[in-house]
This record gives sequence, structure tokens and C-alpha cells, in this order.
Amino acid sequence: MSAAEADVVVGGPATRTDQLPRTGRALPLRFLRSELQIVFGRRRNLALLGVLAAIPVLLAIAIKVSSDDDDGGGGGGPGFFEAITSNGLFVAFAALAATLPLFLPLAVAAASGDAIAGEANQGTLRYLLTIPAGRTRLLLTKYAAVVIFGLVATALVALAGVVAGLALFGGGDVILLSGTTTSFLDGVGRLALSVLYLSACLAALGAIGMFISTLTEQPIAAIVATIGVDVLMFILDSISQLAWLHPWLLVDRWTAFGDLLRDPVSTDVIGQGLLVSLAYAVVFMTAAWARFSSKDITS
Amino acid sequence: MSTQTVRTAGGDTAAVRTAGLTKRFRNQTAVGGIDLEVPGGAVYGFLGPNGSGKTTTIRMLLGLIAPTSGTIELLGEPIPGGAARALRRVGALVEGPAFHPYLSGRANLARLDAADPHSDARTAPARIDAALDRVGLLPAATKRYRAYSLGMRQRLAIANALLVPRDLLMLDEPTNGLDPQGTREVRHLVGELATEGTTVLVSSHLLSEVDQMCSHVGVMFEGKLLMQGLLSDLHTEANRTAQTVRVDTDRVEDAAAVLRTVGLTDVRPGVGHVTGLLGEVAIEKVVPELVNDGVPVLGFAVLRPSLEDVFVSLTGEGFDVSG
Repeated sequence: MSAAEADVVVGGPATRTDQLPRTGRALPLRFLRSELQIVFGRRRNLALLGVLAAIPVLLAIAIKVSSDDDDGGGGGGPGFFEAITSNGLFVAFAALAATLPLFLPLAVAAASGDAIAGEANQGTLRYLLTIPAGRTRLLLTKYAAVVIFGLVATALVALAGVVAGLALFGGGDVILLSGTTTSFLDGVGRLALSVLYLSACLAALGAIGMFISTLTEQPIAAIVATIGVDVLMFILDSISQLAWLHPWLLVDRWTAFGDLLRDPVSTDVIGQGLLVSLAYAVVFMTAAWARFSSKDITS
Repeated sequence: MSTQTVRTAGGDTAAVRTAGLTKRFRNQTAVGGIDLEVPGGAVYGFLGPNGSGKTTTIRMLLGLIAPTSGTIELLGEPIPGGAARALRRVGALVEGPAFHPYLSGRANLARLDAADPHSDARTAPARIDAALDRVGLLPAATKRYRAYSLGMRQRLAIANALLVPRDLLMLDEPTNGLDPQGTREVRHLVGELATEGTTVLVSSHLLSEVDQMCSHVGVMFEGKLLMQGLLSDLHTEANRTAQTVRVDTDRVEDAAAVLRTVGLTDVRPGVGHVTGLLGEVAIEKVVPELVNDGVPVLGFAVLRPSLEDVFVSLTGEGFDVSG
């Protein structure tokens, strides 16, 4: 220790902590890893993931049972439901469509609404900030964990859908919505792109949740408010008299992931959806930063 | 020796210095323009009743809340501007412990250490266990935080402040919830850290605690810093102004009259004795005056004031009155 100190003294005015190894900077992922452990270790979040994994299985079983009964006449849902019986891969797409309005947003809201408000409520926020973890760094790390949680949740729905679908309906070549046939592997690729697209959409909702989370010390209130925003946007999106508003709603282009099942893939709406998501994410994360960086932490 | 060189590099020895530090919440002034000065190497007792503005001050020093006006210098860095640099060198316990209830004590410390951009992941397990050991929590390291008693929680919070070597420790009511044995241990720990050269700012509403632990003291009352300085100076000052004389006699009323004539204040006749505040009166004058007037002096004592008496003389109120 004294050798290190001698260096510091020679090196000019310095503080004791300058002797500490700086390797922390080389490992910016350590905090994120710790944050992910918290997010994925929370029972509430694990229960949500469990529900999300169960939905595709229930969906596949329900369709299997009804198609056995009336010989393939069931379904009638949004596009891919009818295709499910022809290829198990469509269970994954149908499950994404089914969980998109509420359950996937719920997972993202649970993680993002809890992010700051949960720490504030517990009192752990003041200890994180006096470390000092840094307010901007804390906000960004938390947001990264939220985005990853949303991605994992979406991928889990797709994965459970693929497994349940293959088990009950089998795989093989995929007949796309536009009628052309492609390989199973290509179908899986399109599913992966859908997962990424929806994760980006959900990341924007996560930014809204992060902002709301900086406004309160009650995590449940932040989670409910985030879900409220999601549901409100779906309601507004369904009112045809408000058509002028629809392009500006975050959720308006969420179902466009179905475009990935066309040949050729139509990217217009998806591109717009990504731009709108990016805009929402930037606006709300900036608002969250503005709020959080100047907030008095009295919890 | 070299540690000392490092710490004082910069030529400024104040660990904490504030000027006109003020915090107003809506229309209530929590802290009203205080000039705090904690010298480097001191154990500074930040004393005051609950609600006197101690915690609000500490939160401002740590950059958790922004002052309404006034300036803060923490280890030579302005707050909040230089908070990132200064806070690395500060260990803090603010307003009681707070951790994740479902994580073990060790996992909670690991999480806080992971959040520190400057800490070394490789040394983390050793540092965490050393900190736990120092506060006597190592046997309970794997227990969930929610199963900890209040005293264990308090210890864990202190362990967090000791994860990396610090130049300044801010301990807000560190003995809250501890049993007498735990209180003694914390006192011992603070003494040890101070010997190693760490400056300690410890807030307390317990006068005796500050009296036993600290070299310096600052007294907060209703958002104002009434006085600060060496604890020994406070005692000297108190002795000068607040010494009480007790005369045992069988002629209480006569004795009281004499004491008043000599110049004692707050003279109180009791059963078989009289007490009075000595003030500026010389002690040696009292007994001869009594004897001259024929009052039998059966006993004579000078009572040194406790810190509590000093506090009452400063505030004009009992210590338990919240601001």
C-alpha cells in the first residue's frame, strides 16, 4: 500500500481513492449484470414470464382441441390463427399477437415502473446515489435492463409458441400470408425479426414507464399508470373518428410485425413503427433524465 | 505518514465546509443558513433533536437534495458539481438502513459494490467479507436481509460505508436500534476509524453518545447551527456559565438569601440544601459569605454541567423538544 501511496504523492495532488484500481471502468457491464439479477430475480417478474410462456401453450392446445372437433373450422382470428393448423410455427406468431395488447406491455411496465420508484420506495435509491452510481448512469443501466427484460419476455413467448406448435402441429415448409412457400428456417428467421421489432416497440413503452417511475415513490402506481398509457393508446387507436391521431400513437403499428410474413417483406409500416418507437424512447428518456437528474431524493 | 500527505494534499484541511446552507420545503425552512465546518481528521458530533435539520443537511452534503441557497464543499469539491469525485471518498449511512429484502446481506453489498463505477470486481468478495466481519455480521452473511433484526440492518448499512477505504464517513444516527453492546461496538469502530485517519461526521440526538465519541461538536436546533467547535471548548464554556453550586444546610431560606446577595442566579431552596447557578461569581467567595452571615455549611459542592445542561443553556429549551 505504501508503494502505491508514494506514487500518488510523486504524481502531485491526489486523493486516496486515486490509488484504487480503475478497472471498474473497463467493466461497465458489472452494474447491468447486477441489475438484471434483480429484475429477473423478482418473483413478480418471474410470475409474469411464467404467464407469458403459458399463453402460447394454452393457445396451441385450445386450437388443437377445437380443430379436432370441427375439422379445421376454428380460429378466425387475426390472420395467422387459421394458418396454425398447417404449421406449428404460426402458434408463435399468434401468441405474439395475443400477448401484444396487454401481457407483453404488462411485463415491460412491471420492470420499468419499478425501476426508479421501487428503489425510492425501498430507500435503496439514496444508497445507490451516494456510492455514487451516478444518476444518468443509473437511469441508463436500469433502462437497458428493462429493454433486455422486454426482449426476453417477447422471445419467451415466441419460443414457447414454437415448442408448443411443433409438438402439436408439426413443422415443415411455411406457407406465407401472401401464399408463397418458404423453408422452415426462413420462417424461424422471420419470427426472430418479429421478436426484435416488437422488442423495439416495447422498449419505447419502457421509456414511458421509466419516466413515470421518476415521478413517484410508489412502484405499483407507476406500473399501473404505464399499463394505463398502453391501454389508452389501444383504445384511441380503435376509434376510427380519431384516424388523424393514429399515426402518432405508439401502439398503432405494433401489429405490423405480420408484414414480415409476406413475400416480399413489406417494410414501410415497420420502418415507420421503428421511427415512432425511437421518437417515443428519446422523448421519454430525455424527460426521465431531466426529471431524475434534478430531483430531490427525500425517500 | 504518507497517508497524511495524501489526504492533506491541496492544503485545505476542512472535510466539510458549507456557507449559508439553506433548504426550504414549500414554506417550511428545514435548514436556515448554516456554516458547517468539519476539520479533517475530526470526529464531528452533529447534535440536535429529531426534526432539527440534521438529516436534511446530510442529504444536501451527499448531493441527494439540492440546497435552496448556499454552498457546499465536500473534501475540497463543490457539491453538487464535484459530487462524483467527492462521493467516491465518502462512506454514508443516511436515515437508517435500506436494502433489498429478499437478498442476503452479502448479496446486497455485492449489488452496491457493482453499482460503484470505480470499485474492483476482483477484490469485491474479499472486501465485502472484510466489511461484514468488521461490523460482526459475517456469521449472518447469507441470511436474507428481511430476516435481520434492526441492529443487524444498521450494521449492514455501516458495512456498506466501509466497502472501500474512505476519507470521510457520514453516519446519520448510527446507533439507532442497537442494543447497549452494539452501541459500544459502533463507538469503538468510530474510534478505530478516526485513529486510522478517517474523518467522521456522526449525527445523533443522544447527547451522551456525542460526549463519548466526538472531538468536535455542532449543535443544530430548529434548522440553525447554534454553535460548533471543540467538544472540550464547549465543556469549558459550559463550566464557566453553567456551573451549579449546592450548599447543604439546615437553614435553607437564609442560605438562599445569601447566595442571591452574592450574585448567584436561579437559586432554588430544597429540603436541606440550596442550589444556584454560579455564573461569573468566583467559587471561593461563596462559602466565606455564608459563614460570615452565620449560615451553617454542612456540605458544599460544585456540580459540573452535563452536555444536556449546556444544550438547555444554548436553546433555552429541553432537549426533547422537537423543532
